[in-house]
Amino acid sequence: MELTTILFYLFALVTLGSAATMVFSKNIVHSAFALMFTLMGVAALYVLLYADFLAATQLLVYVGGILILILFGVMLTSQGYTLSFKTITVNLIPASLISVGIAALLIFAFLTTDWTISEVAERTDTVYDLGMLLMGDYILPFIAVGVLLLIAIIGAILMSTRLSAENEGVS
Amino acid sequence: MSSAIFEPGLNHFLVVSALLFSLGVMAVLSKRNVIMVLMGVELILNSANINLIAFSRFTELSLDGQMIGLFVIIIAAAEAAVALAIVLNVYNRFKTINLDEINLLKG
Repeated sequence: MELTTILFYLFALVTLGSAATMVFSKNIVHSAFALMFTLMGVAALYVLLYADFLAATQLLVYVGGILILILFGVMLTSQGYTLSFKTITVNLIPASLISVGIAALLIFAFLTTDWTISEVAERTDTVYDLGMLLMGDYILPFIAVGVLLLIAIIGAILMSTRLSAENEGVS
Repeated sequence: MSSAIFEPGLNHFLVVSALLFSLGVMAVLSKRNVIMVLMGVELILNSANINLIAFSRFTELSLDGQMIGLFVIIIAAAEAAVALAIVLNVYNRFKTINLDEINLLKG
């Protein structure tokens, strides 16, 4: 077996195993850390797909940003002094039936469709091409996403500051 | 020839992303903690991204798929920031983030 084959199965196992740990863990902090390993495994899968810039972005934005944000959310909303990090699972049987059904349907659709696969040449790095595309064909989505990020930051700051102002008014 | 089927091709990545998607759906449907639901949404977004990038690797889509994946990551960051701000506001008002107990709009 080639090295890339072994690496693919290793990282697929890491991704799916820690995703399953995340879903089925009772402790929400354990779930957050399992999510970190899932995101890292997905980044490794991106590297195997010749998407080096996206892998770096995935590590920076997801592991460095969103995951820290989620951990802050966990810490700030833990209830009372008992620090109960337990999560309640409901609707276990319908939820597992639906998700198994979705998985079976998707895998069936993926495996029975006859994809037209074209072998592209191995890429060395994608940063230059992505930058040229971003400033060329994708300039409008690029600007729109910039405006979206600005609005999201302003909205998040507004909501959080109003929250602390209310707290001061009550106490 | 028997090892050719184990070689990671398009279908292998698609199956991984399908399983990741179903795990995310499982988390969204079965958890009552808002933050767990958010983590499930992140899993779903990641599985969609794996699909996009796998198609950009194995088909004529080439770099367009990676571009769309980049925008998905950016929008996920914005979504997480706003969602966490909303969750903190909800916790401040209701003193719980249990989805079953936040039913003010229920008739």
